[in-house]
Amino acid sequence: MLLAIDTSAGTSVALVDLDRGVIAHHETGDTMRHAEVIGRLIAACLSEADLPVAALSGVVGGMGPGPFTGLRVGIAAARVFALGAGVPFVPVVSHDAVAFGRYRDGHIGGLVVVTDARRREVNWSVYSGADAAGLPIRVAGPGVAKPAVLLEDDWDHAGVPRHDAATVSAADLGLVAELMWAHGHPFAGDEAIYLRSPDVTLSNGPKRVS
Amino acid sequence: MNRSNPLVLGIETSCDETGIGIVRGTTLLSNTIASSMDEHARYGGVVPEVAARAHLEELVPAIRAATLEAGIRLDEIDAVAVTSGPGLAGALMVGVAAAKALALSLGKPIYAVNHLVGHVGADVLRMGATDTAEPLEYPTIALLVSGGHTSLLLVRDLVSDVELLGETIDDAAGEAFDKVARVLGLPYPGGPQIDRAALEGDPSAIRFPRGLSQTKDMAKHRYDFSFSGLKTSVARWVEQKRDAGETVPVADVAASFREAVVDILLTKAVAACVDLEVPRLLLGGGVIANARLRLVAEQRTDAAGIALRIPPLSLCTDNGAMIAALGAQLIMAGLEPSSMEFGADSTLPVSEIQV
Ligand SMILES: [Zn+2]
Repeated sequence: MLLAIDTSAGTSVALVDLDRGVIAHHETGDTMRHAEVIGRLIAACLSEADLPVAALSGVVGGMGPGPFTGLRVGIAAARVFALGAGVPFVPVVSHDAVAFGRYRDGHIGGLVVVTDARRREVNWSVYSGADAAGLPIRVAGPGVAKPAVLLEDDWDHAGVPRHDAATVSAADLGLVAELMWAHGHPFAGDEAIYLRSPDVTLSNGPKRVS
Repeated sequence: MNRSNPLVLGIETSCDETGIGIVRGTTLLSNTIASSMDEHARYGGVVPEVAARAHLEELVPAIRAATLEAGIRLDEIDAVAVTSGPGLAGALMVGVAAAKALALSLGKPIYAVNHLVGHVGADVLRMGATDTAEPLEYPTIALLVSGGHTSLLLVRDLVSDVELLGETIDDAAGEAFDKVARVLGLPYPGGPQIDRAALEGDPSAIRFPRGLSQTKDMAKHRYDFSFSGLKTSVARWVEQKRDAGETVPVADVAASFREAVVDILLTKAVAACVDLEVPRLLLGGGVIANARLRLVAEQRTDAAGIALRIPPLSLCTDNGAMIAALGAQLIMAGLEPSSMEFGADSTLPVSEIQV
């Protein structure tokens, strides 16, 4: 059984298992209150499943892409929960959960997953399809771009069907991890997927005051 | 939960230090600090996003290191304590999320606390059985000075009654040190650099203005601080020298600037002690590392018959041990844990000791 946490969009927490599927799933689409709600959502999943933390075999974290401040809440919670529970931390690309859900629900062929990156930009990932296990095959991205770029005819992935996601489901994130584990796929890197440098300007010395 | 001598892990991420502390009651077991200061040096000040990213990477290694140093297992702790605010919102959120996850993974209660009161709480910590310092007496005035805050508090009771007397209305004192260091061409962080440059300088060489110290300001801002005008005044003085083609006497400027800051801070702190008839002053915050500030504090409190307390410097800078210490005090006082709903509050008032 895996605890999965994603805060790349709203806040989504789930308990999943390869055999039993989704055991518990609690989420909110609120994109402003990740730190406030994360504890209650984790607690709700744990109490609904009525299983001890010792029953977990790992904690899955959605690594983004997503707006930084909220994204970090889920990654911090997942990493530290894993530490406290004494189980492995399992990083998964958040967009993979969205694509997984689309393919499970019947989508066939290429797919561009698009999420809000704030500051009038979007995050995108491109998939060619799902493999035999049902796992999405990411062929490009995650990337960040102005929305207009994705609409241009000469964008590398122009014409591929697009899905704009307002939420990322931790249940799907967890199921992706279960399938990757079961089929021996490598997990994502252990780094938050920021795709943007912190906006800071190097100082050129102090400004004059007189 | 052990309420008489609780084992508490504290998490502090309000600025650029990832602090994990472990205490048992009033005994310090570990004070692990990972600082992202070096990453901020090239920007000349703390960059919130850089600080928040560093917290995310440092948390797990710091918790591991703290438990190793304390010689405990995570599942032995009685409670988790965490800074809810005030501080940088994005940085605070990392600690809040981590603390909630840790508490839930261990099935332990959580205490969300005020960072500034944490600085006061640092004073209750003892280094072990041989450390027999007297406990802090109340009421006490507390002067907390760092790169993020400059506050004067009246602490009647650590866990139930803390009042804000005054705070900076513009820059924090530590920020003023950083900015003046830049004017003088000295690297970040400015405090230690100014301190070093001031060694050979004459503190009375230049009379820089003392913000909010004139009679007209005192009615409204008796215990408030302002360092922005002082910083500008130093910059203007240096520019005039340079414009005139003269060499800037860096040591004298550094010493005179530092003297102005120290004078403002201690004049107001001692005035609070005298006005409110509280013969105790506690210092806290990273700027307390400034040797001149500590020396003048001793002289002025001695002269006024005020007892001065300064926690060890490793507990004056931002750290998780002070947060754990305050959490332990709340537990020992019988207070209930925080609910899971609290968030990061970048402007948390000091009167809210527990959230
Ligand atoms: Zn502080």
